[in-house]
Amino acid sequence: MNDLESRLSRLTSASGRPPVLPAADVSYALHDTQIGTLLLATAAGRVVASSFGDEETMTTRLARAISPRVLRQPAALDDLRRQLDEYLDGRRHEFDLEVDLALATPFQRLVLSDLPSHTSYGRTTTYGRLAGEIDRPKAARAVGTALGANPLCVVLPCHRVIGASGALTGYAGGLDAKRFLLNLESKS
Amino acid sequence: MVSERVSLPPFQALVDEHWRDVARLARALAGPVDGDDVAQRAWEKAFAAYPNLTSAKNLRSWLLTITSRCATDLHRARRPQSPLDESLPVAVDGPESAEWPDPDLWQAVNELPERQRFAVTLKYVGDLDHHGVAAALDTTPAASRRLVSDALATLRNKLGVDHE
Repeated sequence: MNDLESRLSRLTSASGRPPVLPAADVSYALHDTQIGTLLLATAAGRVVASSFGDEETMTTRLARAISPRVLRQPAALDDLRRQLDEYLDGRRHEFDLEVDLALATPFQRLVLSDLPSHTSYGRTTTYGRLAGEIDRPKAARAVGTALGANPLCVVLPCHRVIGASGALTGYAGGLDAKRFLLNLESKS
Repeated sequence: MVSERVSLPPFQALVDEHWRDVARLARALAGPVDGDDVAQRAWEKAFAAYPNLTSAKNLRSWLLTITSRCATDLHRARRPQSPLDESLPVAVDGPESAEWPDPDLWQAVNELPERQRFAVTLKYVGDLDHHGVAAALDTTPAASRRLVSDALATLRNKLGVDHE
């Protein structure tokens, strides 16, 4: 590139501001909590993600599953953030939200969608018992895998499901997070 | 039956990656006052059209093409109606000292005929190749090459820069 061409490439300085866009098909926000950063997303008024996954991976999955019009629009998540904060402070026992398991497979939906009715605040159940309750008594391991892929962590309480031995077994947000949530629920 | 869908990246990734380039091009094409409006309008159009895109390739070039068209629309709206004035370049708002690092060049670029001005700006501020410039200006790469080289020749003369 000669002198004139490089002068042309610097014709305007880098300034301006990011665009302001209308409500996206999928709005998301990163929310810092006591148990880590959650990526929260909503589409058509329903919560579609509450995940410990990273921003790029999660927004790419949302773009594929729902719509590529995915934008960081924290205001759309205000209600969910408030409810999560209340829950994590021990001031809320149930979520008053509509959810959509658009990111889940059919089997994951079967396992996850009725989780609030198969578990209750402050109580744990086991993978085997949950497998029996959804009429898949031999699928305890598959149930565990489906819970591990929960796109709606905390909102759908997969943390209340533990191993038959009483071991916490695993959690997308790490075992410390699972322990935090179970302690929180046992105290309140 | 579900039709085959292109796998487009989340729109936020486009905004994060390209908003500065869109802003720079919009300001170079439309001036400091209208530039931000042109960029904003370009993003609104891109956002509306995005789900219907049939290819996820060259998204940067696609965004800069939309920006260029929004700048053209603004120019057409502002251009004097008399056909006698058609060939005259349309003045863009003047430079604001600190924001415009090269006022002499800015002046000379703005005195170019519109097509040349757009072509040379898309090529160097937008960093598009001649295929990209041609797509933005609805013309051929050969015509883009001609517009850019004519523009460079005029600029060299005006600015007293030696041929290299």
